[in-house]
Order: sequence, then C-alpha cells, then structure tokens
Amino acid sequence: MRSPVGLRALRHADVFLVVTVCAAVAVAIPLLNVELPETSALRPSDFLVTLVGKLTCYAIVAVAMDLVWGYAGILSLCHGLFFALGGYAMGMYLMRSIGTEGMYRSALPDFMVFLDWKELPWYWHGFEHFTFAIAMALLAPAAVAYVFGFFAFRSRIGGVYFSIITQALTFAAMLLFFRNNTGFGGNNGLTDFKRILGYSLREPSTRAVLCAASGAGLAVSYGLCRAITSSRAGRVLRAMRDAELKVRFCGYDPIAYKLFAWTLSAMLCGLAGALYVPQVGIINPSEMQPSSSVEIAIWVAVGGRGTLAGAILGALVVNGAKSWLTVAFPTAWLYFLGTLFVTVTLLVPGGLLQALGSIGNLRHLKARFIRSAESKGTAETAQPTDAAHPEPP
Amino acid sequence: MACSARGALWVRLLGAAAIFVAALCCSGSALAADGDFEAALKALAQATDENVTQAVELLGAVHDDPRVLGVLQALQSDNLLLSDSGHVFIRNSAGAFVDAASGAPKGGEATRQTVVDNSVRRVLVPLMARLELDAADPAVRLEAVEQLAVRASDEDAVALRAALEHEKTSSVQRAIVSALAELDLASADPQRRLAAIDAVESFGAARFRPKLRALTVRSDDGTYAEPDPRVRARAESALGRLDRKQMIVSAAADVLYGMSTGSILLLCALGLAITFGLMRVINMAHGEMLMIGAYATYETQVFFHAHLAAYESLYLVAAIPVALITTMAVGAVLERAVIRFLYGRPLETLLATYGLSLLLIQTVRSIFGAQNVAVENPPWLSGGAEIFEGVVIPYNRVAVVLFSGLVVTFVGYVLRGTSLGLRVRAVTQNRPMAACMGISTSRVDTWTFALGSGVGGLGGVALSQLGNVGPELGQSYIIDSFLVVVLGGVGKLIGSVVAAFGLGILNKLLEPIAGAVLGKIVVLLVVVLVIQKRPQGLFAQRVRGMESA
Repeated sequence: MRSPVGLRALRHADVFLVVTVCAAVAVAIPLLNVELPETSALRPSDFLVTLVGKLTCYAIVAVAMDLVWGYAGILSLCHGLFFALGGYAMGMYLMRSIGTEGMYRSALPDFMVFLDWKELPWYWHGFEHFTFAIAMALLAPAAVAYVFGFFAFRSRIGGVYFSIITQALTFAAMLLFFRNNTGFGGNNGLTDFKRILGYSLREPSTRAVLCAASGAGLAVSYGLCRAITSSRAGRVLRAMRDAELKVRFCGYDPIAYKLFAWTLSAMLCGLAGALYVPQVGIINPSEMQPSSSVEIAIWVAVGGRGTLAGAILGALVVNGAKSWLTVAFPTAWLYFLGTLFVTVTLLVPGGLLQALGSIGNLRHLKARFIRSAESKGTAETAQPTDAAHPEPP
Repeated sequence: MACSARGALWVRLLGAAAIFVAALCCSGSALAADGDFEAALKALAQATDENVTQAVELLGAVHDDPRVLGVLQALQSDNLLLSDSGHVFIRNSAGAFVDAASGAPKGGEATRQTVVDNSVRRVLVPLMARLELDAADPAVRLEAVEQLAVRASDEDAVALRAALEHEKTSSVQRAIVSALAELDLASADPQRRLAAIDAVESFGAARFRPKLRALTVRSDDGTYAEPDPRVRARAESALGRLDRKQMIVSAAADVLYGMSTGSILLLCALGLAITFGLMRVINMAHGEMLMIGAYATYETQVFFHAHLAAYESLYLVAAIPVALITTMAVGAVLERAVIRFLYGRPLETLLATYGLSLLLIQTVRSIFGAQNVAVENPPWLSGGAEIFEGVVIPYNRVAVVLFSGLVVTFVGYVLRGTSLGLRVRAVTQNRPMAACMGISTSRVDTWTFALGSGVGGLGGVALSQLGNVGPELGQSYIIDSFLVVVLGGVGKLIGSVVAAFGLGILNKLLEPIAGAVLGKIVVLLVVVLVIQKRPQGLFAQRVRGMESA
C-alpha cells in the first residue's frame, strides 16, 4: 500500500477542507435556505438542500468505509447493507409515526394491512420511540457486523475472500428483504412517510434541519475516525494493513483491533442510513444491491484511500457527478462509472486528494514526475519476478 | 342424381327404421349379422343425424376388421362423406375420397357430411380407443389406454385385459394395469379390489393415493367407505409403502435437480477457478463472460437462421467454438489492457474488473438493447424424460450436466495434457522458477486468463439454453460462482467441482424445507462455517507459508 505522500502538503489543509464542508452543510446552507427570502439569488433551493443532505450521508458512509479499507485494509462489500439497516430502522420509526393517517386508516403500516396482518410483528415493537429507533439504527448494523466479523476474523479470512463473503452476505440480505413475509414491506420497502418527531417532512424547514443534522453527523464521524486513526490504535490498524503477521508476532491481537474498527464502521453506516431515509423519503431493498456496496468502495478510491478527507471528497464528487449525469446523459453514467473504476485503480491509485496535493504544491511537481515514473515501473514489476527475467526471444 | 327431396326422406326413414331394429338387437346376433362390415357401413351411410350413434355402435360390433378404425377416425375428423346409396367415402392421405369398403374412388354421387355431436363422440371415442389398443405404434396404444381410463365401462375392461395379455411395451403395460386397477377399485368384488390394491402398490402410482386414502377413511357415523376389513388393512399397508417410496423418489429427484443446478454453478465457476484459483486474479467481470458467451450463441442462432436455415437445429454445436473464441479474445484483451497492471493488488483488481463489468454490460446494452433476446432450444433439446412417476427431467438440463462434464474434461485436458497447461501450472506454482526456465510468464498469464474467460463463455452457451439472455445475465451468477470457488479452495479444479455439486444439491434439498430465499441464506451460512474450519477451502493445496492469497 502506498503512503499518500502528496498529502504532506495538505496535512492541515485536509482538516480545513473537511471543517469547511461540515460547516457549510451543517450551518450555512440550511441557515441560508431558511432565513433568506425566496427571491434572493443567494438562497440555496430546497432541492439543493436535500441533495446536499443526501451527499453528506454518502460522505459519512465513505468515511466509515475508509476507516476499514483505507486504514485496516479490509475491503468490505457490505457497507451498503449496514447503511440500509440503519435506514430501515429509521424507516420503521417513520412508518410508525404515520399513525392512522395511512391509506387504510389503520394503526398498522399500510403494507401490513395489505398483507392482511392483524398485529405488529414482535420486531416492530419499540420503533414508535425515536430514541429506540436511533439506537437500533446504530446497534442493528453493529450486531450484524460484530457477529459476522467475529467469525470471519477469527478464522483469518482476509483480502478478497472477505470481500467476496461480505458481498454474498449483502446479496442474501437483499433477497431476504425482498420477501414480503420478512415484514419490511418487500419490494416497495418503507415509504409514504409523513413526519419526524412531529414535524412534517414536507416542510422545507424540517429538511433544512435534517441537512444540518447530516452535516453534524459527518463532523462527528470524521472527528471520531480521525481521533482513532491518529491514535496508537490507528497505528496498529495501519501496521496490520501492511503486515498483519508481523503485528501478530509482536504480540498484538489483530482480531480485536479489526473487530473494533469494523463494528464502529458499521455503526457509522447505520447513522448515515438513518439520516438519509427521512430526506429521500423511501428505503427499499435495492439499497442492498451488491453493486451499491461496490460503488462505496469507488468513492473512497476516487478521493484517496487512507485519507479521511479524501473519502469525503470522493463521495461528494462521484455522487455529485452521478446526480448530474444520470439526468443529463442517462446511458453515459455506467460508462462513466466503469471508466472511473478502471482509471482510478490503474492511473491514480492515490486518489484525487493526492493528485490535488501534488499539483497544489509546486515544490512537489518534480517529485510527482519521479513518482509517476516509479509507479509506472512498479506496474510493470507488479508480477515481481517478470522484470528480473527478460522474455525469451 | 335427380333424387327428389321426398325420395331422400323415404330412404332416410327406412334407414332409420333399420338401424332402430339393429340397435335393439345389437347385443344379439340377428340383424346386420354381427361383424358384417358392409352392412354396418350401409347403416352408417343411411343414418340420419339423430341415429349416427347407433350406426357407430353397429360398426363397433364388427370384429377384426382393420377398416373399421379408419372409418371411425375419418368420422371423428370430419373426413367422411355419406351417400344415400349406402356408400361411405373416406378421405385418404392424398386428399381424395375413396369408398371405405372397396377402396374405389368416389364417382359423381351426391354425398353429404354427417354431424358428430357430443352424444356420438361419447360412443365414438372409447370405441376408437378400444380398437387402437391393437395399433402397431406403442404411442397410439398408450393414448388409447389413457383414453379408456377416463371413463371405462366393463366392456372396456374386457378389452383392456385382452390387450394386456399380448402387450409387450412396458409403458403401455403400466398404463393398462393402472387403468384396470382404477376399474377394479370400484368393483363390487372384494377379491378384485384386493388385487387392484396389489397392482397399485407394485407399480406405485402416486395418483392412487387419494383413492386408497378414501378406502381407509371412517365416516362420522362410524361406517367405513370400504366394508371389507381385509381390503381396508391392505389399503393401509399399501399406503404406508407408497409413502415411503414417494419419499425416496422425491429425495432422488431433489438430488438429480440439485446435480443440474450444481452443473450450472460449475460451468459458471470453472472459469473463475482458473482465473481466481490459479492466477489469483479476482475477476468481477467473469459474469459478463457468461453473458458474452450467451450473446455469441444468440448471434450464431441469428446467423444460422439467415444463412444456413437447413442446419438451423445444429446452431448450438457451432455456437460452442464461436462463444469460446469470442470470450477468449475478450479475456485476452482485458488482460493485456487492464489486468496485467494489477497483478499482486487483489483489491484493486476487484474494483477495476467491476468497472470492466459495468463497461461490458453497458456496451452490450447499447448494441443489443436492454431487452432480453430470444435464444431458442433446438428441437433435440426440447421436452423431457420422465424418469420416475411425476419426475420429469428436461433434456436441456440433462444436456447441461453432460456439457459441464465435457467442459471439465476439456479444462482438465488443457491443464494436464498440453504444453500450455504445463506452463500454466509451472507459472502458478512457482513463478520465478518458471521464468528462469525460459517460460514467458506474461504470455502464459494472458493465455490463462483467456482460457478462464473462454470457459466462462462456454458456461454462457449452456445458460442461454436454460433462461433469459440479457445484459445482466452474468450478475445473477457471479456471487454464487465466487462462493463455489471460495468453498472449493483455490488451486484445485476438483474443489470447484465438489463445491458446485455440493452447493447445488444442498440448495435443492433446502428449498422445499426453507423456501428459496432462506435456503440461499442457509447455504451462505454453511459456506461461512466451512471456511471457519478450512479457511483455504475444502481442497486447498497444502502450503507451508503463513501468508496466503
């Protein structure tokens, strides 16, 4: 794994960048949206507020992903699942808070009336309380992650094996949630939400507050992950990523560190999901598609793995491009995404942040050329032994 | 012929009277001298719409005359003309009408058609069936027996018993025994009922179970539907034995279906076993190799349809090399262009190949459209064979099992029996040493990757015969394929074979118990648990180093 050399120039700039983003999302945009008159040219539109709130949730997921992938070297393909679990927990609260205003005027959620269920399934109890729902949004993904991680790390499943199995887990969960009988609304998922904590979800002010909450969530996640990664534990994580056996032989227990980072990461995803659902107004099993989990990895790769600010940047850039491209050039989006996957991994393995860092600092310009020459060299020697043995005539 | 309307009426009335008398004495031997074909024909020719039935019965009383069946068949299919002069004409295979009795061509006589309504058909169908019991073609006999079994009379029973005497084909025999048992179960004679239960038990027809069950049921007022206690006891024990047999048969069927699922998994996973297992390249675009293989099959079919229509049913054979070469080429290009830069960086490879899979999907979508394309089974793969009662194995599934065997043999041969295989194994086992020996490892890498992709393409040919062919075909198989390779262990093909069949059969056995979705989840759990015990998979190569994969 390459260390992000270009980042040195940005050592403080990255914190500055993230603080700016968080402040904009948590304070400036919602405040301007609510306070400025409709006619003002400076006022962010309601659409923009929701979009920014959404992107911020993705950024939280990217931070969580970066913690396990960038720092601990675990490529998870089930962060989409954790995100969706958090979303479902919040969605269940929102469903319950509809009360009897649903289409069927029943105390039960509409889809249960439709399925002719007479009472709430046991696992729906408690979700009428907001705090309980928030707790579940954090604990449900944490529980899944802990149990799964415990077994996986214990038997030293790592690398691509781990990725593949997490992907299969996501796939299985998606199938499970697609079933009507599972009790989460099947195909359609949970939708038609009316209000949160008594405030209507249609009100722009509620949306502005949700956007601000997402910004705050991002700030908390970033602060937490930064604290961890710059602590001793963070150093152990990085050491494990680069040479797990050596760390183990030094007397550390990699399982505990991995499990900690992994479970915390899942909780952050759950938080992001819980913030995401009231803003977009729907949660359904398509969020659990294996492809969305792979996409999370590419946000982080684009921004710069192993740099939390890079992960945030990547999530914002890729998803911003997605919201624009899927509307402007619908067919081009997959080409764009596919090319992004290939070019980023081939050409900019350090990610955008590293590239920006080297461009931004002229003193590093020369070093950048040297490095790119080196990385070309390493690409050719990636099959390490080939370079040593010229091809036979 | 200038026959006046009144004259025709007279003749008809006379005919009707004759048939009425004939019908009265039908069972006797008086009029129309039982077995007189010409007389029966005459009666038919002169029958009015109302008494066709009697005329048909008269024909049925004719013994051992092959011409009767022809007349009846023609009657049923409206290929029969009657003349008032007492002649019956049937349309022969050339389309011309000939006299049913003499075979002479029809002259200029005035003829009419007759109406075959339901009352006639009720007599006609069992009669034809009884006659067809003697047909030369077993399929016709089988159909006749089934026809008779629907509503059999005592006469039919006699005919069936007679037919059973000289029946040689086992499927027809079974059908006759089954039809007779059905009759005998309703018979008043307890001995006959006992015999029927024996017969049912011996050939194990599942459809008799409700009938047997009905025999043992006690009604509310304490009486049994079956008065004889011996018959009841016999029915009980027969039921128990049928149940056990049923269980075994359904378990066997599950295993067979599981093998078919497993062989599909195997075909999908075998290419991965090469690229991932041997080269440690995690190719998320492998599913798209299946998809490209399936589209290559489609293109071959279109080509044959347009240019080689005479050999259209053979397009599938031609599709195999076409798909192999196409996907090998695509695989080689991907390896040269992207994957070779990522060796030794498995996680990056995963992401890059995922991007490649998106690109391939979108490319195919823009060429062929997002809709599924229709790949048809050639005639020799449609239909299925009934191996047990109620267990039909479609031929395309059988073909996939055989094909997967062939592909495994092919891959085994390439790896074990060719110089390319030797190089591949050398490079995967010890790359530096292989390079020292003068093997161009990068060229071998390209070939290995192309081979893995090509095998994926062969899997695509098989998949095109089983389900829809669309741009997202590969996506639904890729996860299962990876599970197979992970479970089987990298480096050994046999691991993939065992894992594929194991997972396929486990899936099928779980499906009736847990449902398709929960079954899948249980399978995943099993894989995770097995990996707990054997982290390198079931058939991993033993290594001494601690760092692996």
